[in-house]
Amino acid sequence: MDWLTLSPEEWIAVRLSLKVALWATFASMPVGLAIAWLLARREFWGKSLLNGIIHLPLVLPPVVTGYLLLLSFGRKGPAGAFLEQHFGIVFSFRWTGAALACAVMGFPLMVRAMRLSIEAVDRRLEAAASTLGAAPVLVFLTVTLPLALPGVIAGMILTFARAMGEFGATITFVSNIPGETQTLPSAIYTFTQVPGGDAGAMRLTLVALVISLVALLVSEAVARRASRAVAA
Amino acid sequence: MTLTVDIRHRLGDFSIQAAFESAGRLTALFGPSGSGKTTLINIIGGLIRPREGRVVANGRTLVDTANRIYVPAYRRRVGYVFQDARLFPHLSVRSNLNYGRRFAGRGVGTADFNAVVALLDIGHLLLRAPASLSGGEKQRVAIGRALLSNPHLMLMDEPLASLDDARKAEILPYIERLRDEARVPIVYVSHSVAEVTRLATDIAVLDRGRLAAFGPTADILARLDLLSGGEAGEGGTVLEMQLREQDRAFAMSVLRSAAGEIRTPQVDLPLGSRLRVRLRARDVMIATERPQGISALNILSGTVDTLARVSENAVDVRLDCNGQPVIARITRLSAERLRLAAGQQVFAVVKTVSVETAGAAPLPREDA
Repeated sequence: MDWLTLSPEEWIAVRLSLKVALWATFASMPVGLAIAWLLARREFWGKSLLNGIIHLPLVLPPVVTGYLLLLSFGRKGPAGAFLEQHFGIVFSFRWTGAALACAVMGFPLMVRAMRLSIEAVDRRLEAAASTLGAAPVLVFLTVTLPLALPGVIAGMILTFARAMGEFGATITFVSNIPGETQTLPSAIYTFTQVPGGDAGAMRLTLVALVISLVALLVSEAVARRASRAVAA
Repeated sequence: MTLTVDIRHRLGDFSIQAAFESAGRLTALFGPSGSGKTTLINIIGGLIRPREGRVVANGRTLVDTANRIYVPAYRRRVGYVFQDARLFPHLSVRSNLNYGRRFAGRGVGTADFNAVVALLDIGHLLLRAPASLSGGEKQRVAIGRALLSNPHLMLMDEPLASLDDARKAEILPYIERLRDEARVPIVYVSHSVAEVTRLATDIAVLDRGRLAAFGPTADILARLDLLSGGEAGEGGTVLEMQLREQDRAFAMSVLRSAAGEIRTPQVDLPLGSRLRVRLRARDVMIATERPQGISALNILSGTVDTLARVSENAVDVRLDCNGQPVIARITRLSAERLRLAAGQQVFAVVKTVSVETAGAAPLPREDA
């Protein structure tokens, strides 16, 4: 069983991956929810364009998305320079950049799941809430969100799982620096590039399998509980 | 309390235009489906923004397009009871009831949770989930939820339409109590003459998006021309009567009004109760002499007021029975044969009456 024991470096990659994926999921959640609501419930100019832009990472090669992130959020990129100057936030070659890349790649999945679940909420219930005195924000928080919760959670789990597996955009944007930007997939990739790395690659693969499986089971359980609460 | 509505609105091919001012405790918006009743109540409730016009409730301007006033639904303080209850499925009955109270708060509220729960008999349901309630129970909870939001105006959009007769009979008394006790004016959408007779103080009749008539319930129901389709035969006279005697041996009740006494199958209410009785015009016969040897129990005497030909073969005879109008629809042939003329002394033979209770609160007894 000795070969199953992770080396300190491998542990670092696993922990970093979890941190990056959790940040990517939770930081993008409020934005994803807001955009999902806009797309589900409002008509506005440029709606299809917004929808298209959000879905781009799904169809673009991940390397292209990573390179675009490098151009815009790199130290010399317009967004990157602005954020560093005004907020001291640096993305390039940091774990934060990996989280950003993962969030962007997972965003279409998140918005799609949330949008569908919001669209499924009966608008007549929202109208009833407004006649009872609830302002639009409160209608969303007390009626729409609770009823859409299974989809919202599903969207977050999808994003988390996507983030755990993100490779192309991350390695292009923030490279493969052990301890900083070397996530699980990058570490596995590195192992496969060196002689005698098979055992390490296998160990990390097992870890990735377990994490993905657990994420899926948790999402199933949470969604089932949420939909039961709604149906009851 | 008055409600002023004066709006013009267009929805695709359908246009609606209505203006009326009601001071009634329960104003019915009445008409066949597609007449614009629901559109109109949605405009009052703030769910549809009218193209033009004004809505003023109790001195509060809710809509005034000329002065660019538009109060959004959540600030209108209307309690809206929908046809399909629309209880929140993720909340318990108690949380549903409390939903509007949170926003009504800020010291303006007077609706008392326990009083409303008692009024609607829903105390035993509080911990249940909406999905487990029967249709009638759901609708009662929906009425309670609307009441507890401390509304200035209650709106009810065919709250009984999706219920069977037994469930309707279960809810109607609560709506009557609401009308008589809650002191919140009600706007009530319906296409049923029976419901409107029983509940309404005033009626606005809508027909294809236009206001066909507006007035007190008895006046509107006496205008038989306003009813169409399945409700055409339902028109007639509404009498406010009082329960005077119970004839237990024959299981009958005796009701009295200015027009005279009427006997009906027993009504289980205390003596002195006020009742609304509807005499359908088609159920009233005319005799020029007091009939003898006839099974009909209810014979009212009166004089012919007017005769109005309503079709090829039918005439509406309007009688004055001791100051109380009664309408009979008879054939033109009968009217000719009897040589009916205004001022003539006649007898109205009432075949059937439909009793619509109007609240069990007894009037002060005359002899007390």
